[in-house]
Amino acid sequence: MANNEARPVEDLHLRNLTKKFGDVAAVDDLTLTIPAGSFFALLGASGCGKTTTLRMVAGLEDPTSGTISIGDRDITGLRAFERPVNTVFQSYALFPHLDIFENVAFGLRRRGIKDVKSTVDQMLDLVELGPMARRKPTQLSGGQQQRVAVARALINRPDVLLLDEPLGALDLKLRRQMQIELKRIQTEVGTTFVHVTHDQEEAMTMADTVAVMNSGRIEQLGHPADIYELPRTVFVANFLGQSNLITGTRSANSGDDVLVQASGLTFAVPADRCFAEGSNIIVGVRPEKITILDEVDADRIPEHHNRLSGRVTDVSYTGVSTQYLVQTAWDQELIVFEQNVVVGDRSEVGDAVVIHWSPRHTFGLDGSGGTSVGMDPEVLALEAMNASLISDASEA
Amino acid sequence: MVAVVPSTGGQAPPAVTVKRPSRTGYILLFPGMAWLGVFFAIPFVTLFLTSLQQPIPGKSGKYKFGLEFGNYVTAFTEYWPVFLRSFVYAGIATILALCIAYPLAYFIAFRAGKWRSLMLVLVIAPSFASFLLRTYAWKTILSDEGIVTSTLNTLHLLPDGRILNTGIAVVAGLTYNFLPFMILPLYAALEKIDPRLIEAASDLYASPQTAFRKVTWPLSMPGVVAGTLLTFIPAAGDYINAELLGSTGNRMIGNAIQTNFIEFRDYPTASALSFMLMAAILVLVFTYIRRAGTEDLL
Repeated sequence: MANNEARPVEDLHLRNLTKKFGDVAAVDDLTLTIPAGSFFALLGASGCGKTTTLRMVAGLEDPTSGTISIGDRDITGLRAFERPVNTVFQSYALFPHLDIFENVAFGLRRRGIKDVKSTVDQMLDLVELGPMARRKPTQLSGGQQQRVAVARALINRPDVLLLDEPLGALDLKLRRQMQIELKRIQTEVGTTFVHVTHDQEEAMTMADTVAVMNSGRIEQLGHPADIYELPRTVFVANFLGQSNLITGTRSANSGDDVLVQASGLTFAVPADRCFAEGSNIIVGVRPEKITILDEVDADRIPEHHNRLSGRVTDVSYTGVSTQYLVQTAWDQELIVFEQNVVVGDRSEVGDAVVIHWSPRHTFGLDGSGGTSVGMDPEVLALEAMNASLISDASEA
Repeated sequence: MVAVVPSTGGQAPPAVTVKRPSRTGYILLFPGMAWLGVFFAIPFVTLFLTSLQQPIPGKSGKYKFGLEFGNYVTAFTEYWPVFLRSFVYAGIATILALCIAYPLAYFIAFRAGKWRSLMLVLVIAPSFASFLLRTYAWKTILSDEGIVTSTLNTLHLLPDGRILNTGIAVVAGLTYNFLPFMILPLYAALEKIDPRLIEAASDLYASPQTAFRKVTWPLSMPGVVAGTLLTFIPAAGDYINAELLGSTGNRMIGNAIQTNFIEFRDYPTASALSFMLMAAILVLVFTYIRRAGTEDLL
């Protein structure tokens, strides 16, 4: 933008931030630094406290305790309209009685800034809505309204831009397009974006840093790839992408590896990828890290790889990859994704197979809480239904 | 509310098949139209013809067909102060009702929580007793020996030493009687406002006062317009409050019409007054709606 003022962008600090509704802590002693100029995503299921956190930063909710500051400035005591922070609201909250131009100009007019016309025109050009300036919000499509909401917040050059599920109301195709668009705008203006979402794919696509939240706390924070490759808790392993999790017990150490016994098999987990304190360890691996082989080819498996035998129970071809469900000797179904590099070389349902993966792709998690934490409740319900159908069928 | 969604892809919208207007619509309209015809259009024409009648010489209270437009001139010259008073009283009552109703409707819409329904019932509850009865009650409340008058008199706040039979009593009666007609449309308009819009305003540097002025108030405008019209129109034509709570010096146009019809049997003058009242209100309402700019709101 032409009027890019040289104002130092500063980090956003949340210290021991807590918000209680009655006895329930929606946000529980949250301490977090969001680096200046970053695209930061707060990711979690509904009710995990991410929106409450955002509203506290915006000044729309008072924290029970803790502080919020930008750089050295403590803004905890400031009211919403006094904070150098702007929000893109879920479902946009555009003023229906004002046209697009006046919606975008609202913040500038409140602060008595001169030269509203050219600033608003520039901002509308940035979001490619120049010709719509005199329309009312209801005359715009969802995607256009979304861009107005971004423009209305961004024009104030806030220290931090807060986005509350900004793409939730859009259909899938438009959402993809807007993800790229938002990313472009963020790169262009360099403002710190804090993005709240429950959509893990959206968080991973857009953000430089993702914080996975659960029950008012941050489970894990880092670059999307780092979190995905090395989840530290069962919740993260399940919530961010899919994971195969096998329950086992710690047996011994061999070199740099922790050895885990599970159902008579031994798996190796590198010690620096194992986050379990006690003896219960959950061995995890992402579906695309697993290689599937016909049983007769088992001798091709590298020496030190983790491996197990099973039977294919489902094959679904998705174009880019083939997804297999492999049933283990202890009746657990593991997911395997195989890239469709070679045509015609697929395992079939019922095939006896061996699957294997490198210890470098294995992670060890604390096993005290079970393997289903963080899984989509609907998926869990479906699985339970399937299980009961299968047992009914076998009884009959 | 029609949302016009411009297609970004530049595709033409699917052609709309033109349907022939169905007969069902007219059949459904019929009862209402018939009712309006019998009880509004015919009396309207009769009233207009009556307003132009001439007296039959020698027979008091008997009139014949005529085109006596002079009736209007006579009625206006004789009654213009009463017209003026009616609009002033109705105007003050409307403003007072707005001042009382707005905070109340705002509270019910945004703050009442689980008490919301109960409070709305309480707003309507007085209507369960008859209009006349309630106005008689005000006669007692505002009587010279009553607690209101005596309290205000101790404070030396009343110029005439009394409330009953003064303009104050008439305006108070009008304000009270038409208050629910102000509260309900205001509540309906305020209740529709998405609280997130107020949050958005405060996020965009609007103090609570500015947020009210720039967001809540303009969005409640349809309620304000509806409420003021529903209060002002009946208040301007009301005669019961002036009859029961005022003196001869506080007569409103409704009283003039009533006495001309019933006591003087001067039907042409009474009809001319009714017509002028109607015309004046129409003009006022149209100017008001134009000025308020509410055609534009949602």
